Amino acid sequence: MAEVDYATLKKGGFMRQKQKNRFSLRLAVVGGALTAENLKKIAEVAEKYGDGHVHLTSRQGVEIPFIRLEQIDEVKEALAEGGCQPGVCGPRVRTVTACQGSEVCPSGNIDTYAIAKELNDRYFGKELPHKFKFGVTGCQNNCLKAEENDVGIKGAMKIQWKQEDCISCGLCAKVCRTDAITSTDHGIDIDFEKCNYCGRCVKSCPTDAWDASPAYLVSFGGTFGNGIFKGEELVPLITDQEQLFRVTDAAIGFFAKYANAGERFRGTIDRVGKEKLKEALNRAYAGVENQK
Amino acid sequence: MAELEYEITDHADITDVVCPVTFVKAKVALEELEDGDILAIKMNDGEPVQNVPRSIKEEGHQILKLIDNEDGTYTLIVKKIGE
Repeated sequence: MAEVDYATLKKGGFMRQKQKNRFSLRLAVVGGALTAENLKKIAEVAEKYGDGHVHLTSRQGVEIPFIRLEQIDEVKEALAEGGCQPGVCGPRVRTVTACQGSEVCPSGNIDTYAIAKELNDRYFGKELPHKFKFGVTGCQNNCLKAEENDVGIKGAMKIQWKQEDCISCGLCAKVCRTDAITSTDHGIDIDFEKCNYCGRCVKSCPTDAWDASPAYLVSFGGTFGNGIFKGEELVPLITDQEQLFRVTDAAIGFFAKYANAGERFRGTIDRVGKEKLKEALNRAYAGVENQK
Repeated sequence: MAELEYEITDHADITDVVCPVTFVKAKVALEELEDGDILAIKMNDGEPVQNVPRSIKEEGHQILKLIDNEDGTYTLIVKKIGE
């Protein structure tokens, strides 16, 4: 048998098990979405090449344990027939996670799946000094736990009240969790200093008396493993996708440039300085070219 | 602001049920009415008043008014749209 290159195997998502010559094969999944065709093939492969079970990982991945090393190519081929590819582990951009988002969930402010796919196309598997995780959650209910990630994206809403369609029902003021809306004689007053862009006013409005557009709140440096840190919002509300990806480019660029091997983004931020990252991010936010 | 005239056709009380039956009960009451009829739906504060008005609007009906009864209940005035 050829010498085993564990690093290459691991990159391809083959995780060495305790059991000799057995690997848990991690599959590439974007935003937690698999087709029925994918699932059928995964079931077939698990029965034929594994021990008949699959493991659902904590980050929306699927692993098929008990794959034999000598059958790896055969397994990859079989999976490809069902549209499945091996995932990654190690020091690179990992599975991009997402909640169901605005296409399915009534609470969703953004199309999380589309954002996850775009992030995946841009960065998935990109080699970095350490693992790097993206998570996309559709709203402030935060089902996807954005702040656990190195970069977390949270759906928000940029709002404008349409007085002509308002029936002064007061529901928006009622559902607002930050007391940013006050009912008045002429309708409502909005204190944008207090608004957290959650979009609950828009979602509850029974007459669509709002102009609302999707926006993004982005957090940086979250990690939920050996160390636990909540990602922090270091840029203001992002109001379009181009701006969003400029900022994510800047974040990943900063990590690639300054991180030590084996250091998570949080470690880099703490060591190099939050202000320095903030500056790079805000240049990208404003659309100012970052020096390479 | 939109200030609309209306005459109530029928009443429904959904204060005796909880989510998701609140919406179902309101929907059933609306189904019994004719296009253009006005239904007054009495509902509890909290989750029902935060969700039911929007859900009914998303069914295609027109919300005319929400009245705070100041006793922990609200009355939603809905105009039925469509059969």
